[in-house]
Amino acid sequence: MRFIMKTDYYQDIRLFKYRSTFFWYLALVIGCLMLPLGLDEYLISQLTFICMYAVAAVGLMLLTGYTGQVSMGHAAFFAIGSYTSAILTAKGVPFLAALPAAGLLAGLVGIVIGRPILHLSGLYLAIATMGFAFIVDEILVRWESMTRGNMGYYVDPAAIGPLVFDSEIRFYYLALVVLILTLLAARNILRSPTGRAMIAIRDSEVAAEAMGINPAKFKTMAFAVSAFFTGIAGSLYAHKIFFINPESYTIFLSIELLAMVIIGGLGSLHGAVFGAAFFIFLPQFIVMTKDYLPQYLQNQTGLQPALFGLLIILVMLFEPLGIYGRWLKTKFYFEMFPLYRKDSFKREKKYQKAERR
Amino acid sequence: MSFFRAEDITISFGGIRALSQVGFEVRQGEIFAIIGPNGAGKTTIFNCINRFYDLDEGAFFLEDKDISRIKPHEVAEIGIARTFQNIELFKNTTVLDNLILGQHRSRRSNLFTETLFTPFVRKQEIRGREKAEEIIDFLELEAYREQRVINLPYGVQKTVELGRALAMEPKLLLLDEPSSGLNVEEAEDLSFWMNDIKEELGITILLVEHNMRFVQQVSDRVLALDFGEVITQGSSQDVLNHPEVMKAYLGEEDAVA
Repeated sequence: MRFIMKTDYYQDIRLFKYRSTFFWYLALVIGCLMLPLGLDEYLISQLTFICMYAVAAVGLMLLTGYTGQVSMGHAAFFAIGSYTSAILTAKGVPFLAALPAAGLLAGLVGIVIGRPILHLSGLYLAIATMGFAFIVDEILVRWESMTRGNMGYYVDPAAIGPLVFDSEIRFYYLALVVLILTLLAARNILRSPTGRAMIAIRDSEVAAEAMGINPAKFKTMAFAVSAFFTGIAGSLYAHKIFFINPESYTIFLSIELLAMVIIGGLGSLHGAVFGAAFFIFLPQFIVMTKDYLPQYLQNQTGLQPALFGLLIILVMLFEPLGIYGRWLKTKFYFEMFPLYRKDSFKREKKYQKAERR
Repeated sequence: MSFFRAEDITISFGGIRALSQVGFEVRQGEIFAIIGPNGAGKTTIFNCINRFYDLDEGAFFLEDKDISRIKPHEVAEIGIARTFQNIELFKNTTVLDNLILGQHRSRRSNLFTETLFTPFVRKQEIRGREKAEEIIDFLELEAYREQRVINLPYGVQKTVELGRALAMEPKLLLLDEPSSGLNVEEAEDLSFWMNDIKEELGITILLVEHNMRFVQQVSDRVLALDFGEVITQGSSQDVLNHPEVMKAYLGEEDAVA
């Protein structure tokens, strides 16, 4: 445990709490930049998927993890982002304009949809957003003149000027840059009044209202920002796989995104990235380690989904705070070494229960 | 001109009249207490001022302006802050964040400048911390500055809630049972702070309270309620010794005898 002597208010606000944190993040970014050099095309493409889903998960994290509003309709914003970007680039709009446009349109739809339904909460809101996703899905199928319906839409590779992102490695860098910018933007929002207002609404809506925070306004704002990032991720997705059709944006995608933020750890940006990595990487990991399993297990059908499901259950059972919670505990273990005890976190909880309340 | 006035406040829930024809006036710079047994309608008055409930009849006036038709979040904007009977802090954030959240109405940035975290936003954040620090200093919360509220003892949480309300720089401060759950020493501290808030910060206080000793200690004037109706109002000495008030709390004299 470290204590810093603060001599300046800016020390509270800056992005990196300690100088060492900055170097660790720098090392991480450099590591991410170097990573593709030693990997084959397939693994690079998996890394790209992690970056992409992490962008969407950061969006959903702002809404669900920070504002406390559950959405099961984020596949719709993902789809809107994909189609906007695909159609615009097909019409000759440069990718650099189509990417933000995809986010903006998703955000705009978020405002229009969010405003009327955001006074619902919990499961009711989840079902309402799901209904919205069904509508968008239906529009994508029926509006054939624009989306080509179930035939699907071929998407041009992303290009910025003469630089075409047509190889795995180039697209990975693009996705990585977008992810870093997304994380920075989310971090900035969270350390400003809007982010605090979102957290306030999550923790106590009455108190937030008594502080002069307009819940309807900030919930809608959170919904819009969340939709914006998810739309951006959708745009990247379209330009990554070059072919989109409505079947890629079903309710399953919404649930997957929700699962990512919950498994990653609600209420932390790390969690969004961890969750995305968990979801993309774990199935790969299972496939890779399959060879080490006994012969009779190896050839079992449905092994991978079953193991994947089992691992999700185990994470939820033993780490309700998600992967980020485990990460914090591991960090704490090394900081306190050798004083850490098995009950280090439990005791605090028991003590709290004994308090007057 | 009156500072804060309630005129013929009436509200019913279903068939039950929670408040009927309640009227009182709070003078600028005083501590005004509302007392009454359980279910007398004390907290209901606060929830009406905060616009969590709609009044059936009557109105509230702050500096002669009708404030009983505005939106709930606008109540804070016109300068009324409050605390809650069962602490309603933002539990998963730090004490500092709670105090800065209290200053929400002085936000001048927008989503765009915040996303870019422009120098203006940074300055605003630093200003917010300076103000929060004054409150931390005032309420002696230094030791808890960076701690998450959920880990703090009850008494400290109550103090943080008071601090959060002060951070709003209100004209009128509503305290809902500020001394409930506090031990003797904490209640003493609170009564000193309330005096300081009145004298030094010049904030008018309206409080709802159960603890008679505490009421006698801090308040200038008192209103006694029972079953949603005003029994009497006046100086704290008069009201607390009023026979009807004694009856409301202790029951009929015959029954005792």
